[in-house]
Amino acid sequence: MNMDEFRSRARDIVNDPTLTFHQRKHYLAWLAENALEYPALSTAAAEALNKQIICDLFEGSAPYRGRYILPDYGKALRNGSAHLELDPPTDLDEALNFLLIMYTQVPSITGYPVYLGDFDKILAPYVTDAISDDDLYRKLELFYRALDRMLPDAFVHTDLGPHDSRIARAILRIDRELLQVVPNITLKVDPELTPDDLLLEAVLTVFETGKPHFVNHPLMVRDLGEDYAAVSCYNSLKIGGGSHTLNRLNLKEVALLHQGDIDSFIDTTLPHYVELLAELIEARIRYLVEEAKFFEHDFLAVEGLIELDKFSAMYGVYGLAEAVDILMEAAGKDGRYGHDAEANELSYRITRTIADLVAQRPMPYCEGNNGRAFMHSQSGIDSDLEVTAGTRVPIGEEPEMFDHIRAVAPHHDLFPAGVSDIFHVEDTVRRNPSAMVDIIRGAFREGMRDFTFNLATNGFIRITGYLVRKCDVEQFDEMGARHGSTTFAAGSVKNSHVTERYVKRVLSRESSPRAPQ
Amino acid sequence: MKAAQGHLNDVIRFSAVDGPGNRFVVFLQGCNFNCIACHNPYTINDCDSCGVCVEPCPEMALWFDGHHRVVVDDDVCTQCDICIQVCPRDSTPLSQMIRLDSLTRQIDEVSPFISGITVSGGEPTLQADFVTSLFSAIKCDGKLSRLTTFVDSNGHAGRDVWDRLLPVMDGAMIDLKALDPDTHREMTGSGNELVLETIRYLAEWDRLYEVRLLMVPGKNDSPEAVAATARWLYDVDPAMRVKLIGFRQHGVRPQFADIPEADPDHMAELADILRTTGFADLLVV
Ligand code: SF4
Ligand code: SF4
Repeated sequence: MNMDEFRSRARDIVNDPTLTFHQRKHYLAWLAENALEYPALSTAAAEALNKQIICDLFEGSAPYRGRYILPDYGKALRNGSAHLELDPPTDLDEALNFLLIMYTQVPSITGYPVYLGDFDKILAPYVTDAISDDDLYRKLELFYRALDRMLPDAFVHTDLGPHDSRIARAILRIDRELLQVVPNITLKVDPELTPDDLLLEAVLTVFETGKPHFVNHPLMVRDLGEDYAAVSCYNSLKIGGGSHTLNRLNLKEVALLHQGDIDSFIDTTLPHYVELLAELIEARIRYLVEEAKFFEHDFLAVEGLIELDKFSAMYGVYGLAEAVDILMEAAGKDGRYGHDAEANELSYRITRTIADLVAQRPMPYCEGNNGRAFMHSQSGIDSDLEVTAGTRVPIGEEPEMFDHIRAVAPHHDLFPAGVSDIFHVEDTVRRNPSAMVDIIRGAFREGMRDFTFNLATNGFIRITGYLVRKCDVEQFDEMGARHGSTTFAAGSVKNSHVTERYVKRVLSRESSPRAPQ
Repeated sequence: MKAAQGHLNDVIRFSAVDGPGNRFVVFLQGCNFNCIACHNPYTINDCDSCGVCVEPCPEMALWFDGHHRVVVDDDVCTQCDICIQVCPRDSTPLSQMIRLDSLTRQIDEVSPFISGITVSGGEPTLQADFVTSLFSAIKCDGKLSRLTTFVDSNGHAGRDVWDRLLPVMDGAMIDLKALDPDTHREMTGSGNELVLETIRYLAEWDRLYEVRLLMVPGKNDSPEAVAATARWLYDVDPAMRVKLIGFRQHGVRPQFADIPEADPDHMAELADILRTTGFADLLVV
């Protein structure tokens, strides 16, 4: 980018009427970062990045904060924070106040914290029997409203469960009543520990807001230990740690570039690109840790609320469905991913191959996963066209739910850092929420790691792993149409800005660090 | 008596509308009523291999086998339902005899995801031996025995039938088309004596999961008729779960196309009648 281009893009951001002050500042920072040189890469990796065969999700050229950071809020509340000049809270009001302050200081790729703590655990010491259910509801409701207004980003995330608690129930009820995009919620489900009626509460919440997301607690504990959380959309990482970066491999592009049979794809082409992505991830981690020295100066690290030893990086894949179909077609077979046993087998072969390679590839500063990156089935960003998220079956092509679960479940074992499938359910299930409880329990028995439900008739749309409100999208569509028209009446500008700002109040794109074009 | 085979119309692996929780539903072929409001009339009769549907099948999936029986090639059939539409007998060439073990194997496969199974139809009590064998097989299987077993029936079955089912059946959903015998005959082709008897008997045994009242405009939906039905049901069991269903045209045979669909306001009025009678567990759909 030359100086003229830089100046003109900066000017566009500064003068963009659709952006809030905070968003303009965020995009200006992004622009400045991208004026810097990219960490050094081999020619092959740089070319693959340029062609978007491997992709850094527009994280920026000079990483100066980890992508996903999961502060140990429990520890912060216990010890207080010298940097924030806060003593350990002594009651619930002080604890909620403490957290709201701390959230504003947590770095992340979106500018807002992607993890708020497991509310039921970190607040438990302050929710004594002396606090009535009504008082608890009222206090949490105010806190909850503040989260949505102060941290307007669909990737701000809390976790609940697997144990039942007054806090978990109050949060689910508040979510149903306030109908906010923020925060995103995950419920940890353990077949032994999570009672049916807590699952029912969660299902009733799904009917209203599409939340929570459900994770298989025992499987997560196996891979990440007890202290893990699902953050952002559905990225599972260690509490007190996080992920330096998330980069991803476009399997569709790799399959398109491949010449030869399926075996040579598995033995040669795929490993080549798997290594190029590993190289990209390594370069970005080294910059963050060794050049930007994030872990040497950020107060979270200084106060022990995050530890480098609990960090790793996320190795994302997407476009598996297209890759399988392309390879099948090239082999003269017409079976498709999600529907055909042979195609499904090929898909497992591909993800197993990648998982094995990633497990053999040492990665610096990834002690959070024994010096390796975490596999992640990446859910896509708004600019992805004609390529399916992660290891999902393409939207609209999903087989009936049972076959769907059977087809995708074998992948779940391989992706400790999250692999989310979305199940579309009919509205009739509203009259029989226990049917959803059956499906949740069944899916976990079948070895699934995590998933969400999509119900056509609540007020939210799940885009990839996050939610937006339908009314916001409708207004956005409307505005888009009016912008497109040349007869954009001056008189409507005032209104439109109000509406647009409202639309944009909540950031809901994983690519949001990118400056608008 | 044991029956190793049943006459099957179809199965649904996941259903949220056929009893408590997520359920595997078995639709059996053949019914002893001929309801004007039937939503799946192709389950009423057995196919007599008349052959009318063979020619219209666009996929050439149907043909006569060596015994002059109409059979279908499952690999070719696209489930377009044209054969069902042209069949003059309210039947289908797609029903099949299914072995008990093949059905239990299918149930076994989905068992982690379901609360139980429901046998519907058609009229399942017409194949009571098969249904009893199926339920027994489930209750005796270590892995499947946690599943609940339900029947979705028109209630037109004698005590002897229920006595065979009761030891292995957890609940039944029974349709009551009308309390008045003449209306009932007009709507179904049969009297309702056995249906009323069934409702009383199952309630006595605590196996009546739900009574369903399908409201067909101009036939059985006058406030007086509904009030009388409500009183009768309340006498049987005041804690009964009642589902009030408004008639929809979906799937109904062309000769009944002039029956109007239920009006939501009128349905709300009828629901009020049931509520005032005292039913707390009332569902309106
Ligand atoms: S399904 Fe109907 S039309 Fe076809 S052969 Fe059987 S009875 Fe005749
Ligand atoms: S549904 Fe009937 S008409 Fe249609 S393809 Fe199958 S057999 Fe043929």
